[in-house]
Amino acid sequence: MKRLLLFLTLWAPLAAHAALNVFACEPEWAALATEIGGDDVRVYAATTAQQDPHRIEARPSLIAQMRRADLVVCSGAELEAAWLPLLLREAGNPGVQPGRPGYFEATHFVTLRDKPASLDRAQGDVHAAGNPHIHTDPRNIARVGAALAQRMGELDPPRAAAHQRRWQAFSARWTAAIAAWEARATPLKGMPVAVQHASFSYLVAWLHLREVATLEPRPGVDPSASHLARVAAQLQADPPRAVLRAAYQSPRPADWVAQRLGVPALTLPYTVGGSARATDLFALFDETLDLLLRAAP
Amino acid sequence: MFRPTLLAAALTAAFPAFAQSDLDALRAELREMKAAYEARIAALEARIQQAEAQPAAQPAPPAQPSATSGGFNPDISLILQGRYAHLDDLGHRHLAGFLPAGHDDGTPRGFSLDHTELVMSASVDPYFNGYLNLALIDEKAEIEEAWFQTTALGHGVSVKGGRFRSGLGYQNEKHPHAWDFADNNLMYRALFGEAYNHDGVQLKWVAPTDLYLALGAEAGWGDAFPGTNRNRNGAGATTLFGHLGGDVGVSSSWRAGLSWLSAKASEREGELDNTDTLFTGNSKTWLADFVWKWAPGGNARERNFSFATEYFRRAERGTLCEHDSANGGCVAATDAAYRSNQSGYYAQAVYQFMPRWRTGYRYDRLNPGTVDFGSNPLGFAPAGHKPTRHSLMLDYSPSEFSRLRLQYSKDRSMAGQNENQWFVQYIHSLGSHGAHTF
Repeated sequence: MKRLLLFLTLWAPLAAHAALNVFACEPEWAALATEIGGDDVRVYAATTAQQDPHRIEARPSLIAQMRRADLVVCSGAELEAAWLPLLLREAGNPGVQPGRPGYFEATHFVTLRDKPASLDRAQGDVHAAGNPHIHTDPRNIARVGAALAQRMGELDPPRAAAHQRRWQAFSARWTAAIAAWEARATPLKGMPVAVQHASFSYLVAWLHLREVATLEPRPGVDPSASHLARVAAQLQADPPRAVLRAAYQSPRPADWVAQRLGVPALTLPYTVGGSARATDLFALFDETLDLLLRAAP
Repeated sequence: MFRPTLLAAALTAAFPAFAQSDLDALRAELREMKAAYEARIAALEARIQQAEAQPAAQPAPPAQPSATSGGFNPDISLILQGRYAHLDDLGHRHLAGFLPAGHDDGTPRGFSLDHTELVMSASVDPYFNGYLNLALIDEKAEIEEAWFQTTALGHGVSVKGGRFRSGLGYQNEKHPHAWDFADNNLMYRALFGEAYNHDGVQLKWVAPTDLYLALGAEAGWGDAFPGTNRNRNGAGATTLFGHLGGDVGVSSSWRAGLSWLSAKASEREGELDNTDTLFTGNSKTWLADFVWKWAPGGNARERNFSFATEYFRRAERGTLCEHDSANGGCVAATDAAYRSNQSGYYAQAVYQFMPRWRTGYRYDRLNPGTVDFGSNPLGFAPAGHKPTRHSLMLDYSPSEFSRLRLQYSKDRSMAGQNENQWFVQYIHSLGSHGAHTF
């Protein structure tokens, strides 16, 4: 026992000097952790913008990364319910278990939308806590970022000041960017749009768009041809200005409905890496705004 | 609100004997109560006004603790499965040249209900997870798995204890509802009946490397086939396994493994050439497994492909005798030195060609290998037939929680039989979201 304690005390300072290993479930949190941590963190993104975060398997490579993580940053609200618990179980890493400082769920720090009134699988793949796609509203990124900078400081006290400094700098730029985006977005106010999946609820609310239809009959259920025809027929009278989908979603339903209605189908990057241009969080919203403005009246 | 005078009058009427001083005391008390209530109401009104005056929009980050599924309730899921099987009328479904692993009752023909599985899991406390899998059918409730696992040991180490599916091979840890085909592959049927379960402990370590490396060791009671309950202290069966895995680019991932199982059997009941047998001795099994999965851009939602194959070699050394079913034990003078070296494999490919639809092909082949019956007093003939089977399946999943499957198999696993098998199967899972295992 004494030897073990000695071993631990000798190793603790060494461990503290190693860069913080961050396991980010989605690219947006990887980008945010990189903004805050700079060179003081090693960030691994478990998914790409081309992958549906609901449908990931607990691959060996993910278990290996989870094993070494000091901090796990995920959306939560059951977005990763099918694979994250399995990774946590398999990796044998106690520091990142739920409830420990190394486990960070972004959805805890914002107020969630679309909270279902009743829970029934007949309603599709509903999330009990609410819609987990919070990062499509940049103000949520600011809220999560403040909490994340705090948490990273707690986990790596010697670098807490550096994390705070980078966070303050990012936060200032981000607040200015939000103001600029909101100013640019005035023509979008009240613009009717159809969406493929409820991935853009927060974006729609932020920009005061009007979501007139969702192509999926139920969350997570792929629309059939007849369902799409019905949606298109309903929208014929008052067509939306655009049909929105995320880069990882199948292009077919959105394209088909958009073509039927004679309106553009917009592939929004959805997250960092969702398009050639969306290489960081700023570019992500720059491009999203550009695309939406193209459809504006 | 209060009418003290009225009440006092009523009281006086009711109790004329009441002294005036008592009434005064009552009045004073009631007045006090009235004043206290009025003060509290005024305070509440003031607070409401104050709250209304404040701006409602206050985006205070509610850092509430995680509300996982149902609070303290464990995650519960119930799996309903059943099928229709179109099979030939063969009472005895016996893999040619192999001693049967457990019951060889065969598959019911026509409509039947498969095991209904009830699964519960939750954190026990900050140090342990618990898991239960109950398989229910008619009057039987079988505990398929019931274990705890440590979560706080660190350094990639975890300890599992209880009854659990051994970590050997690839398919072993998967329950029937997670199989890609309606029935078990011949290899696992020959090796374990369904899958190998330990009543014991497992120690597992995941290496801190980019390449996934996991090593495990298990020790258990060892009563499951190929071992038997020997009524001894100590471990009746031990397992060692190692797995490697990783990604190739963003679209492909793989896992490969090597496992070893050693079990001891004492008077293990079996059957060969229509003779009831007893085997006593050692059984050692090697398994190699390999899995490759592909999805365009790593996004499995639209299209994906998986390939899995496993190979085994089993060596058994001991004595094989005729079972004296009347008196128990061996029939005198049939003891024979027994040595067998057997092998087999399966390979399967499953392709999701569009959302909801998957198709798959599986090939099974077993090799009865060399079996030495020693002096062979029972006159067993060396098995000449190599069991093979081709299976084709098509399944449709309206959602992640339901699946319908059609399967056709060309089964040549029994000597002299060439059977066409058809299966229609449903698998429904209710309750908490199932895990996406690799």
